[in-house]
Formats: sequence, structure tokens, C-alpha cells
Amino acid sequence: MTVTTTPLAAAAAAPAARTLKLWRLEGFPLIPALILLFIAFVAIFADFLAPYDPQIGSLARRFRPPAWEAGGSMAHLLGTDHVGRDVLSRLIFGARVSMVVGLTAVLVAGGIGTLLGILSGYLGGWVDQVIMRVVDAWLALPALTFAIFLAAIVGPSELNIIVILGGVYWTRYARVVRGEVLSLKQREFVRLAVVAGCSKALIMRRHILPNVINSAIVLATLMLGVVIVTEASLSFLGVGVPPPKPAWGLMMADGKKGLMVGYWWLTVFPGICIMLMVLSANLLGDWLRVKLDPQLRQL
Amino acid sequence: MKQFIVRRVGYSLLSLFLLSVTIFLFVRVTGDPTTLLVEPGASPEDIENMRQQFGLDRPIWVQYWLFATSFVTGDLGQSFYYRTPVLELYFQRLPNSLQLAAVAMVLSLLIGIPSGILAAVRVGGFWDSAGKTFSLLGLSLPQFWVGLVLILFFSVYLGWLPSSGSGGILHLLMPAFTLGWYFAAAHMRLTRSSMLEVLDSEYVKLARLKGLPEALVIGKHALKNALIPVITLAGINLVVMINVAVVVETVFAWPGIGRLLYEGITFRDFPVVQCVVVLGGSMIIVVNLLVDILYAYIDPRIRLES
Repeated sequence: MTVTTTPLAAAAAAPAARTLKLWRLEGFPLIPALILLFIAFVAIFADFLAPYDPQIGSLARRFRPPAWEAGGSMAHLLGTDHVGRDVLSRLIFGARVSMVVGLTAVLVAGGIGTLLGILSGYLGGWVDQVIMRVVDAWLALPALTFAIFLAAIVGPSELNIIVILGGVYWTRYARVVRGEVLSLKQREFVRLAVVAGCSKALIMRRHILPNVINSAIVLATLMLGVVIVTEASLSFLGVGVPPPKPAWGLMMADGKKGLMVGYWWLTVFPGICIMLMVLSANLLGDWLRVKLDPQLRQL
Repeated sequence: MKQFIVRRVGYSLLSLFLLSVTIFLFVRVTGDPTTLLVEPGASPEDIENMRQQFGLDRPIWVQYWLFATSFVTGDLGQSFYYRTPVLELYFQRLPNSLQLAAVAMVLSLLIGIPSGILAAVRVGGFWDSAGKTFSLLGLSLPQFWVGLVLILFFSVYLGWLPSSGSGGILHLLMPAFTLGWYFAAAHMRLTRSSMLEVLDSEYVKLARLKGLPEALVIGKHALKNALIPVITLAGINLVVMINVAVVVETVFAWPGIGRLLYEGITFRDFPVVQCVVVLGGSMIIVVNLLVDILYAYIDPRIRLES
């Protein structure tokens, strides 16, 4: 068994080696990549970077404008909110919430979707029918509406949001991965593995999975932006990350009340953060899609 | 053709069935549904009544049957907050959502189609990059962010437009643009790729060989065919717009079904949430079915191959 699978596994490993050299390729979106790295850095070291506790404010210092506006001070660079919490500190800790929720939700969605996509595509028959019909039915619901429905049932918490987003978005993975598997199934190396007597489980793990990983990575990058927007929207609507946690969507929902009286910094800064993160993820994903996986270009 | 329709209708019914099973299971499995469906602070008798109504002591498939039949007969429960049938509330709000979606659709087509054509005619040029940036922003920016920035600029700073509520066309402009931008991006991308494909076809080359002016080739010969997929997408998107406007309607306090969904969440009014979700999913399944049948009717290749 090992004799037959080793060369095939080596062939399958080739795309992974190509992935490592990606950053050297032309057209690499350097700025978006740096922005994402910076947000990740801020998220990891939030405890050292944030000047104040993000959840504790002082009512004596509420609604302070940013430092460069009249009435602002260097003590609160980006001002304070309706209970006197430092906006900059909340933004820094908010990066952690967005990163953690975004990445894990994409992993959950990608994990479920890739697994079911491979099973559906490779096994075919009734397994395929059942999985794909569920995918069809679930895709009929707009993602945000579906997520709101689930959040209304299980109640808001960070963990619940991750599970909900994973549960809502796996269908997109399943559909793309299944399509890839259908064409891989016809390829020589998979047929040879069948002839060599590999079990279905082994073929799916050793020969199919490494070859759909590329598409899964591309989708994950594109999905990261979508997931972060959805998380922010849920938090904005009050069914996402529960207060007083510093999530960017939640900060905007709080800030919205002060918008009409001119407290613009409460909505503009978290909005810029969300925008930068999502734009960067999408630009990187678009580029990866073209470079890594030409088959996905029409997506 | 008949066979195709029968099979397609079958698939849609299956999707509706699976959707209802999904919703049923999520509501049942995550705990005692009476806690979701009975108002907070209800008397023990009310809770007991509700248990009997759902038949919670009976096998799960009997429970599903009761759940499904109540839906088919249009009984989607009572709103806790408004104390009226949720279906009534839904149809009170639907016209507002339709109005918003219609204006957003017009805006998205007015922006998306011309910019898509420009981008296709000048591939790689300034308009192409401008269009790409516009659509990337439309697909990336969260709607509540766009909405709040518009309010900040046009209502707070300039004082030109009302920041919330409903009334005249002025109330509609900002929410419709916020909702429409995302779809304008999608319509632009599709117009561009569809236009590129058509411009490469034999009959457009012939039209050019004949010496027709470029404006006529693009505006008449190419555009007619290039717009078919765009119009189809727009048709589906109109229904999608009605159902995804929750964030926009919340930001601008527009009284549509998205706002109803938001009120459902904030007042812990679960029957309202359930109603909006079920009807939204059903609406989208039905419109997809109609589009498929229409396509098969127009293009025989579709019904023969599948």
C-alpha cells in the first residue's frame, strides 16, 4: 500500500509547495497584506498596546472628541464614548474580536463544507443527493437573515456567533469543493489509486483532499471579508457579540445614537477599521483566486 | 418541457420541505420551544396550552406535521408585542419593502449597466479600473457603515436629506442607494463580462464589418443580447433585496419587513422572526423556480440537457 501511495502523494504535495512561493509572484497586493498583518499584530498584543481598559470608562470623561478637535486631549487620541470609554482602546480590542470570530468561523465553515463537499462529490449517489439538496435549501435563505434567525434562538455570545456563521456559510464551500471533486474523480491518479486497491476513505484523504485545499484557501480568504461583515452586522443589530465587549459592529450601534448630535468619531473610526479589514481580505482573496486557482476565476 | 417543469417544481417543493424541516429542528432541538414561543411572563396554563398545541408529548414527526400544516394554512402565530397575527404585520410592511427594493433596483441598474458597458468597451482603461474599484467597494463596505456615513454627510453636515423614517422620495434616496450599491456592483460585473462575451461574437464582428457606427454596434446590436443575463439577475435580486434590507431599514428606520425582523429580535418576539425567515426563504425558492422555467421556455438547450 505504501509503495503505491508515496509517488501519488508527492504529486499531490506539489500545489502546496507552489503556495509557499506566492508572495514572490507579481501583482501581490502588498498593502492589503500588510494591513491584515497589522490588524493581526494589534489583535495579538492588544493588552500591551491599548492605553486603557476597553470595558471600563469614567462618566466624567464621556463624549470627548479626538485629540485634534477642540476640547480633545492627548489622553484620549480618538476620543471617548457615551460612558467615557477610550475609543482607541476599544478599537484595539475590537480587532481581537473580529480576528478571532472571523478566522474561527471561516475555519468552521471551511471544515464542514470541505468535508461534506468531498463526501458529496466522491461518494455520489444518495449521499450526494441528500447533501446537495440541503445545500440548495439553505442557500435560499439570505445569509444574514439565516444568521439572525439562529442567533435569535440560541442567544448572543462570541462562541454562538462562530458556530452560527460556520453553520450558515459552509454551504458555499460544499458546492465549490464538490465541483472540484467531480473533476478530480476523473483524473488518472485517482483512477490509479482505485486500481491499486486504496479504500475510499484513503483516496479521499490522501488524493482528493490535498488537491481541493487550494480552492478552500481561496474561498476562505474571500469568505473572511464576508464573515467579518456579517459578524459586524449581527453585532450592530444587537444579536452578535454581547456588550460590553468591544466589537466594531457594536461600537457603531452605540455610536449611531450620537451621530445626529455630532459625535461622529464614535461611528467613523470603527467603520474605517471594518472597511480596511474587509477590503484587504477581499483584495487578497481576489488576487489569490486568479493566481492560485484559475478555475475559480469566474466566481 | 412538461417533464422539465415537473422535475423543477419537485426540486423546489423538496427545498421548501428541507427548509421547513431545518427551521423546525433548530427551534425544537435547541431547547424547549415553548420558551421561545410563549411570551415572557406567561402563566403556567398558557405554557401548558402551548405544549398541547404543539403536541410536545407526541412523536417528533407528529410535531413536525402539526408545525407544517399550521404553516400551510397560513397560521404563523401571534406577535407577542403587537398582539396581532404575524402574517398581518408582514403584509402591512411588505409594500414599504417593495417600494425600497424598487427604487434601489432602479438605482443599481442605472449605475450598474452603463458603467458595466463602459468597462467592457474600454477594457483595462480608466473606466474599467474605476468600475472595478466601485464594485469592490460596493461588495466590501458594510451597509450600516455606508448608511451612517451618508447620514453624517447629507443629514448632519449638509442638512439636505432626512436621516430616518418614511414619507416622500427624499426619505428613500439614502436607504435605496445604500441597499442598491451592493447590487449595482453585482450588476456591473455581470454586464461587463456578458458584454465582453457578446462583443467577441460573429454577429457583432459582422455589424462592424458592415461599417455601422460603433455607437450603434454597441448600443443596439451588442447590448440587446448582453442584457439578457443582467435582467434575469435583476429579477432574482429584486426578491433578494426585499429580504436582505434588515440592516438598511434599521439604520434609516424604514418601516419594511427588515425593520420588522429587527423589532422581532429586540422585542424577543420570536413568531415574528420565524415568519420573516420562512416567508423570505419561500419567496426566493419560488422566484428561482420561475426564472428556471422561463429560461427553459426561451432556450430549449437547457431543458434538453438536464
